[in-house]
Amino acid sequence: MDFLTDKEHALLQTMLRDFAEAEVKPLAKEIDESERFPTETVAKMARFGMLGIPFPKEFGGAGGDNLGYVMAVEAISKACGTTGVILSAHTSLCAAPIYEYGTPEQKAKYLPPLARGEKLGAFGLTEPNAGTDAAGQQTTAELKGDHYLINGSKLFITNAGHADVYIVFAMTDKSKGTKGISAFILEKDMPGFSIGKKEEKMGIRGSSTCELIFENVKVPVGNLLGAEGKGFGIAMKTLDGGRIGIAAQALGLAQGAIDETVAYVKERRQFGKTIGQFQNTQFQLADMQAKTDAARLLVYKAACLKDAKAPYGVEAATAKLFASETAMEVTTKAVQLHGGYGYTREYPVERMMRDAKITEIYEGTSEVQRMVISANMLK
Amino acid sequence: MDIVVCMKQVPDTTEVKIDPVTGTLIREGIPSIINPDDKGGLEAALALKDELGAKVTVLSMGPPQADLALREALAMGADEAVLLSDRAFGGADTWATSTTIAAALRKLGFDLIICGRQAIDGDTAQVGPQIAEHLGLPHVSYVSELEATEGSVVVKRVFEDGYQRIKVKLPCLLTALKDMNRPRYMSVSGIFDAYRREVKVWGLADIEVDQDNIGLKGSPTRVKKSFTKGVKSAGKVYEVDAKEGARIIVEALKEKYVI
Repeated sequence: MDFLTDKEHALLQTMLRDFAEAEVKPLAKEIDESERFPTETVAKMARFGMLGIPFPKEFGGAGGDNLGYVMAVEAISKACGTTGVILSAHTSLCAAPIYEYGTPEQKAKYLPPLARGEKLGAFGLTEPNAGTDAAGQQTTAELKGDHYLINGSKLFITNAGHADVYIVFAMTDKSKGTKGISAFILEKDMPGFSIGKKEEKMGIRGSSTCELIFENVKVPVGNLLGAEGKGFGIAMKTLDGGRIGIAAQALGLAQGAIDETVAYVKERRQFGKTIGQFQNTQFQLADMQAKTDAARLLVYKAACLKDAKAPYGVEAATAKLFASETAMEVTTKAVQLHGGYGYTREYPVERMMRDAKITEIYEGTSEVQRMVISANMLK
Repeated sequence: MDIVVCMKQVPDTTEVKIDPVTGTLIREGIPSIINPDDKGGLEAALALKDELGAKVTVLSMGPPQADLALREALAMGADEAVLLSDRAFGGADTWATSTTIAAALRKLGFDLIICGRQAIDGDTAQVGPQIAEHLGLPHVSYVSELEATEGSVVVKRVFEDGYQRIKVKLPCLLTALKDMNRPRYMSVSGIFDAYRREVKVWGLADIEVDQDNIGLKGSPTRVKKSFTKGVKSAGKVYEVDAKEGARIIVEALKEKYVI
């Protein structure tokens, strides 16, 4: 067992820190306030190979690994939660399932532009009546010779409207329940595919979260991802991977809030001394950092297991549960330690607190993670 | 075009703290970085590579830890890296350093050599020009702009109060200013490749150099004493208008027989 950061990941962390500090952090406040998708940052991430970190070079990737990828989501989210989830949804939820389940033709066509960041990816599973109960899919795909006709809609889709490639789940046989769900690769310009209402959110406000609408979308048979009826398994496995990304986002938000708070308590003076000199502040900070460090070990462990091609579903659920709840707790404490100023938009901790909340909800709520963990314990 | 960029790994002096008791630098935990002027030179070389196609080799002399700076350069896009590292090179002043690096450059071959203007830990600005002298090359220091033409480069050499635009025939040596560009980030793929690639380590046996001119023994510079500058008195602050200010200054200068 080795908890040391190896040389290449240490070098990667240096680059990520510099990039996040100079390119991501300066935009975080503005894109939150104006609910603007940071297109320019996505282009910069693409230029330096950050949109295809865990994929091999032959597919346009950086030839890195999942540990490097979560370090990237962490570092970016430390500066901006919005930018972190754009990276996570693109990599874990769109490029990864194509890499894992795609045919050689699908991989050759879709993976290189996604991994190089020339195209952005998204994932459509959730529907108005199929959230945690993902099996209740109402979107349908009907086989018509050389193509499927897809009808229905999806809700709360991250990167929607800015993504070029979408992994979409639909019922190919309603009588079979979850075994009747199939996965498809859709392109934004397919006739009948449109973007619906954009959500107005509490946090990660620069990220684009919209409805997807399918009206007789003709999808070639060649765009079926995995076999017909295997979609539910693909969705669940993909979310196992996605959870590591969201756990990394939560981790970044927690550490970002701590770093802001450490700087603040060294400056802010009350009763003739800095508030960092009060033991309450010191103990709060120690608790915040201890939990965040524990979350980091869980997140890195889940990523390393995935890299080692070992089972990682339970570890991903554990990492996501602990990191997201830590992020919520730590960012809330960060606002408290900032006092009244922390509640204003003059300081970034209120944004981090709003951003942290979603990490307990999307890609499997904390309750779902508890189900996954306990089911494994009681099996 | 074969470009060799000479780089030094230095402590990040922006992060250095001074021990309040001894007055010396606290070096522990201070990250090492590529000297900023050298990084500007590396970016200039990589930009030429992007524009015209060139092979960029990075060369550094230092302890084994300087490997990190060379890996960073590889991850930014350099093609090859050479580390000059040998106990025999240790303790070198600028003369011995430039002698050693020049020997390595003779072995490497080059069309263009780019050094940083000066290192933030030594601040001598001597090594670059000395290398040029050892190799019998023309050199231009304080370069803030660089463009390549057929068989030559056109550079802007800046001074405090003006600049020169100079055309230099290749081969030549330039010393770069950090402000000449904004160095690119390492790419993620470059980082994952950097440790799969080779950094050649050359010792004394790998270069042809006169042993009397290298290392501590070959260094004509002798440090007699190093000390921390004493604390100056706080000085006086006068809140007066410009005229009265001028009068006070003239008075003070007269008092010290400066005027």
